Amino acid sequence: MSERLRARFAQANGEGRAAFVGYVMAGFPEPNQTVPLLLGLEAGGTDVIELGVPFTDPLADGATIQRANEVAVAAGVTFTDCLAMVREARSRGLSVPLVLMGYDNPLLAYGEERAAADAAAAGADGFIVVDLPPDEAGTFRKACAANDVSFVPLVAPTTAEERMGEVAAVADSFIYCVSVTGTTGGAEVPPEVGDLVATIRRHTELPIAVGFGVSTEEQVARVGKVAEGVIVGSAIIAAIEGGSVEGCVDRVRSYVERVTGRSGAGA
Amino acid sequence: MMSTETRSDLAPRFGEFGGRYIPEVLVAAHEELEEAYDAARNDPTFTEELAQLQRHYAGRPTPLYLAERLTEEVGGARIWLKREDLAHTGAHKINNALGQALLAKRIGKPRIIAETGAGQHGVATATVCAKLNLECVVYMGTEDIRRQSLNVFRMKMLGAEVVPVDSGSRTLKDAINEAMRDWVTNVRTTHYLIGSAIGPHPFPTMVRDFQAVIGLEARQQMLEQAGRLPDVAVACVGGGSNAIGLFHPFIDDPVRLVGVEAAGEGLSAPGRNAATLVAGSPGVLHGTRTYLLQDEAGQILDTHSISAGLDYPGVGPEHSWLKASERAEYIAADDAEALEGFQRLTGSEGIIPALEPSHAILPAIRLAEELGEGGDVLIGLSGRGDKDMHTVAEALGVTL
Repeated sequence: MSERLRARFAQANGEGRAAFVGYVMAGFPEPNQTVPLLLGLEAGGTDVIELGVPFTDPLADGATIQRANEVAVAAGVTFTDCLAMVREARSRGLSVPLVLMGYDNPLLAYGEERAAADAAAAGADGFIVVDLPPDEAGTFRKACAANDVSFVPLVAPTTAEERMGEVAAVADSFIYCVSVTGTTGGAEVPPEVGDLVATIRRHTELPIAVGFGVSTEEQVARVGKVAEGVIVGSAIIAAIEGGSVEGCVDRVRSYVERVTGRSGAGA
Repeated sequence: MMSTETRSDLAPRFGEFGGRYIPEVLVAAHEELEEAYDAARNDPTFTEELAQLQRHYAGRPTPLYLAERLTEEVGGARIWLKREDLAHTGAHKINNALGQALLAKRIGKPRIIAETGAGQHGVATATVCAKLNLECVVYMGTEDIRRQSLNVFRMKMLGAEVVPVDSGSRTLKDAINEAMRDWVTNVRTTHYLIGSAIGPHPFPTMVRDFQAVIGLEARQQMLEQAGRLPDVAVACVGGGSNAIGLFHPFIDDPVRLVGVEAAGEGLSAPGRNAATLVAGSPGVLHGTRTYLLQDEAGQILDTHSISAGLDYPGVGPEHSWLKASERAEYIAADDAEALEGFQRLTGSEGIIPALEPSHAILPAIRLAEELGEGGDVLIGLSGRGDKDMHTVAEALGVTL
């Protein structure tokens, strides 16, 4: 639900901090680890979860998330499987909002309207579709609105200011601000990201979450000072890769605890 | 509708196909490119400079050649070859590379990136960048680098950097992914010179326009040399730039249009062919809505073809529309048929075709038989076969 996303941003911001948005790839490192990872993210203090939907051709992703896609595709994880993982996580107590993130073609193959309806039924709250700018998203946005799941648009450093208002107008929960021109896990978030957020701010009252190039405690803190949300993806995938499969949930939980300086217990 | 869609006279779609399915980072660059191309195509300074380069640098117009011996052997309609193999760098790819590189200069982007499969587009791009003094980086799958080592060396000699791509199937599709990743990173200084009539709007339209010189020349040459239009035009289809370039000027004529895709090891073997229009279904890949080879979950399938240039799981969106509207027909020829076509043309005419257009030879012969005497079949001979000698030798069991 869009409302669950808005409420979580409001809660975090009300506590005087940015919301922490954490990304994992469904089916990585193994399909049976995904639900525990989702629960581990929440336990570590994650406010909003992005669950990656695997695709063979993730052309906006850097090497780390590409590898995660390859592993998940090889394991045969489909959009249907992603929904099953969300359902199971909800039944095991996952309470933070969750958005599905990926590329357009698996959604098209599943059927855009069915994807929105079934995502809502499974307990997902929104979609981030990397290669579906608002200009091409007419049908899917309608389907999302009809099922009360959020379509989260992206704004990039190259987005013209005149376009920002149009992009922001389709948002109903938060706006994903891409901090740098580049792929995920590439260049470090630049100091001038605050200016970009300020420019977007002129066009929306919704929370702005900044992603791309955010991995260290220092970067999370710095971005948290200028935006309502901080998005971390590749660094979490790297934490998953940084040891045994059995230990991946603990590593992710402690990574999130470290960079957020909090834990989700009692949140 | 967002206001950004209405800044040029170029239509973003071909029926339900085409469009612009891209990361937000690239939207501004596509809008800039669309506006720049729309202005350039109506600017005599640009079109005249391109025409001069096509004539004096690329060697246009290329000949239309009557394949007399092959025609006699077949005993049916006359078989004509549009000789893109005689264009500079040995394939039609130079037509598009010249057009886009001039456009990049006009926009003020000093760095060019490109993907290549067979290496022909990479060579054409490296060539044009050498001439126009542009930095050039070419992405190429490691499997294709193995198959096309001669073209890799040519690109390096021409001053290009060739970046091996080791992800996915290590062929054309993955080279495009990697070029896209470069582009989202360096979009402010870089133009992505896409080599086929694929990708986000305006690329399919722009590349088709640059390649339409093939069909425009061929149409006039048929009228002059044959005294009539062909009954049918046949061309191989991978991404489909040479085919759309040949077909487009004939669209309003009573000319059958037949595209030949690569059936690889057979249409019944998913992942072992590249017959996108014949065996695929609509989806979105590389920024455009078009036919794709995909599984039920929307994952893109591996492909195979003996010709690196056809080894692609998508196809230009205008071909998808020509198929859907039934204006063109699409069939497939497998590796063995391509090899046979290759040998047939080489033996009968002393013309060694690339393995890509070799796919069109046997289907064209069958059409010539069906049409019989008095008919005319036009084949788009998109490139020459020097680059493929190692592959052909390997397939025939010969050690060089």
